[in-house]
Amino acid sequence: MSEQFIELYIHIPFCVRKCLYCDFLSFAADDVTKEKYVDALCRELECMGEERRDASLSSVFIGGGTPSVLPADHIRRIMDCVRESFCLQSDAEITIECNPGTVTDEKLRTYRECGINRISFGLQSVHDDELKTLGRIHSFGDFLAGYRSAVNAGFTNINVDLMSGCPGQTEGSWRETLEKVCSLDPAPVHISAYSLIVEDGTPFGEMYEDGDLILPDEDTDRSMYHLTSEILSHYGYERYEISNYSKKGFECRHNKGYWTGTEYFGAGLDAASYLDKKRYVNTSDMDSYLRDPAGVRVLVESLGKSDLMGEFMILGLRLTKGVSGSEFTERFGADIHDIYGKEIARFVKEGLLEEEGGYIRLTERGLDLANRVMQAFI
Amino acid sequence: MDKSLIRNFCIVAHIDHGKSTLADRIIEKTGLLTAREMQEQVLDNMDLERERGITIKSQAVRTVYKARDGKEYIFNLIDTPGHVDFNYEVSRSLAACDGAILVVDAAQGVEAQTLANVYLALDHNLDVFPVINKIDLPSAEPQRVKDEIEDVIGIEAQDAPLISAKNGIGIEEVLEAVVSKIPAPTGDENAPLQALIFDSLYDSYKGVIVFVRVMNGTVKKGTKILMMATGASEEVVEVGYFGAGRFIPCDELSAGMVGYITASIKTLSETAVGDTVTEADNPCSEPLPGYKQVQPVVYCGVYPADSAKYEDLKEALEKLQLNDASLFYEPETSLALGFGFRCGFLGLLHLDIIQERLEREYDLDLVTTAPSVVYKIYKTDGTVIDLTNPSNLPDPSEIEHMEEPIVNAEIMVTKDFVGSIMELCQQRRGRYISMEYIEAGRALIKYELPLNEIIYDFFDALKSRSRGYASFDYDLKGYEKSSLVKLDILINKEQVDALSFIVHADSAYERGRKMCEKLKDEIPRHLFEIPIQACVGGRVIARETVKAMRKDVLAKCYGGDITRKKKLLEKQKEGKKRMRQVGSVEIPQSAFMSVLKLDDDN
Repeated sequence: MSEQFIELYIHIPFCVRKCLYCDFLSFAADDVTKEKYVDALCRELECMGEERRDASLSSVFIGGGTPSVLPADHIRRIMDCVRESFCLQSDAEITIECNPGTVTDEKLRTYRECGINRISFGLQSVHDDELKTLGRIHSFGDFLAGYRSAVNAGFTNINVDLMSGCPGQTEGSWRETLEKVCSLDPAPVHISAYSLIVEDGTPFGEMYEDGDLILPDEDTDRSMYHLTSEILSHYGYERYEISNYSKKGFECRHNKGYWTGTEYFGAGLDAASYLDKKRYVNTSDMDSYLRDPAGVRVLVESLGKSDLMGEFMILGLRLTKGVSGSEFTERFGADIHDIYGKEIARFVKEGLLEEEGGYIRLTERGLDLANRVMQAFI
Repeated sequence: MDKSLIRNFCIVAHIDHGKSTLADRIIEKTGLLTAREMQEQVLDNMDLERERGITIKSQAVRTVYKARDGKEYIFNLIDTPGHVDFNYEVSRSLAACDGAILVVDAAQGVEAQTLANVYLALDHNLDVFPVINKIDLPSAEPQRVKDEIEDVIGIEAQDAPLISAKNGIGIEEVLEAVVSKIPAPTGDENAPLQALIFDSLYDSYKGVIVFVRVMNGTVKKGTKILMMATGASEEVVEVGYFGAGRFIPCDELSAGMVGYITASIKTLSETAVGDTVTEADNPCSEPLPGYKQVQPVVYCGVYPADSAKYEDLKEALEKLQLNDASLFYEPETSLALGFGFRCGFLGLLHLDIIQERLEREYDLDLVTTAPSVVYKIYKTDGTVIDLTNPSNLPDPSEIEHMEEPIVNAEIMVTKDFVGSIMELCQQRRGRYISMEYIEAGRALIKYELPLNEIIYDFFDALKSRSRGYASFDYDLKGYEKSSLVKLDILINKEQVDALSFIVHADSAYERGRKMCEKLKDEIPRHLFEIPIQACVGGRVIARETVKAMRKDVLAKCYGGDITRKKKLLEKQKEGKKRMRQVGSVEIPQSAFMSVLKLDDDN
């Protein structure tokens, strides 16, 4: 099932310092390593381009880590390589993740010049004490400066990441974070608002185990989450996914691809790919990657029909629009109710799912308890 | 066989004072085995026993010692379990001996268990001589310990051998003392057969192997024997004695000898410990004294965590019982836990051991219900029932009164902890009997305690309140009338039978409250609010609520995450499968176990 378009994710595993909650692969590195990494990345991109000559790229997402820790010319080289190796659609969405503490006017200008048209700022909070608790390297002031630079450089499609449920956070401080960000001029067109997940293997994970991490209780956490949709909707943002909100027309196309089964290449250390119903992941060992960047992809799982149907449900239900019955039939040649009728009926009865206009979606309550629903489909 | 050259003896000691090590040295020095043949601890041959440092089943070994007087002596060393759960077995092993070596740790001195074991040996008219072990420890105080033995136990100790079993110091002296201080057996080999069963084990080739001490008469191949208490009768296939770790056949066993008999006996229940073996055609006039039918003291429900494993559990219990006649079980069903067994044990340690063997040797995942003692229910119609499962308690209107088992407990503790130990005993409804200082700084406290107050977590509480220094021993005293009630737990308004238990009326509220609190932590949030109630006779005495679940969602799921997030969901789903469904509530297995530990002090 080769589609005409494909997405590309590029992983930059570097940051100035790792945040205490982060479980992505990233670390601090010297300039030589960065240089070598970008060399390797370009080699991998070239090979990928060879692999799928038929497909054009509909989106590129440079994530991390912190892509903005790389010198501007590294990003330029990467983008040049992308253009040379792939057929990049003219209206492709090209995003780069930035840490507010690492952007400069020069970097932002370069991004703009090499065709990047979307910036994602990891802000998390407008309160410096909360930022410190999370282990962020920047202040709210740094963010304001970076945001202003991005706007000046010509970026209009800007996302801001925010985090609720953080240690020390209150409903009041969270409200303030949301309101200050929505009141930026110009306001960001996209906001990702996550509720903190304490992951094993992170410093937060350890602190939590030891009882040293005091988090808002479940009820407060949920109040914050509900406050989020309330305030953001007041400011004209629409929720389109469990944690993602945007002004009309500014949904992140790249991420939506993940939730709708679009194929994607993942380039770089530990990056994941989804090609021809198979999921792959690259090595997480830097030396191996630098040695042979195009030969380190490992098959993780090969999806059969029932896996594909399950993924269609669990990923599709993340979108507030829900999953479309007719699309299910189109993809799998079966009626969604013949396959999942029992589960759907149960969750509708429990008030976690609702069915309307050919779509099945999570209710407001279902969004809070999405795992319970999703479990039934795997 | 010249009886004057036989010595039948055992070693008594507090746990860890070096009984098994001394046994090893005796076997080694008597030379029947080369050092190479020695297993590290010959007498303890089950892994579990070795790990716990205790001996579960008594065994015996025969060795030959060439003494300084130039004669060769036969030593029958009979090992005894060192725990109160197996008191009856200990008493039968002691009855098979003529003397005992008392091992006392040169640093620790006399402990509660030492006393209990010595008194038991003295009760059986054994000649007891002490040895002081671990004299090579820097903290050893042999003179103090000798004095203590004389003061507290009242046996001569000044010439006690000073030894280190671990390092092989002083072992010769012990062997000579066995010859000189332990009397040779008496008895008439021509009288009718009279042999005491002190243990038996099941062997898949030979059937039941009966361990006996012959008191009078002679037994050999072809003798038609009769077990006087069980009435079983078979023809002897083989007799022999105990080599270290193996059975060595011989022609006959006569008065004074210790050995084994096989007679194509198929179940252990036919060869009860303490029973008397005699000749069917020429029986002795009276059985040996002291036989008791062993009764379980503690019961609990044992269920497979995965209900599909019921048959496996059944098979495992059958196999265990082949080697442990004191394990009792019968099928039982629970609304909450499905099909399982009500099992009876000699005590908590026995329960622990069986549970661990089931899990370890048979690879079973188990859910056990709160252990319960046996209550006597006197009904208004004049009948009496032994209640082993709280769920079977008759309606209160049919009950005239109830009785619970009481134990005599002896606790030995250094004086700093006397206060807190007494406080603990009071809390557990103990009745103070006496306290005496057995030496400067150490006291022996005696209490009468209801058995059901010590089966949950008394040992743990004792240890934590004495920083590990208290030692404890008890034996059953009898039954006493008591004000008892059944505490029921309702989860989401439905009674969970597996969580019911009997409790003293005065502690019902406290226990109910703690149960509810504990369950509140154990039961995961559901889509709806779940009330947890503790009830006595239909009246709610405590209540907690598990709030409805508000959040169960993965905030993020992007391209690199999908496989991992799917695994996470699968894991969650698996976890739910392992829960027990009670009405519409899913209860984790751990909830059934956690309520057993309710003491705040731990």
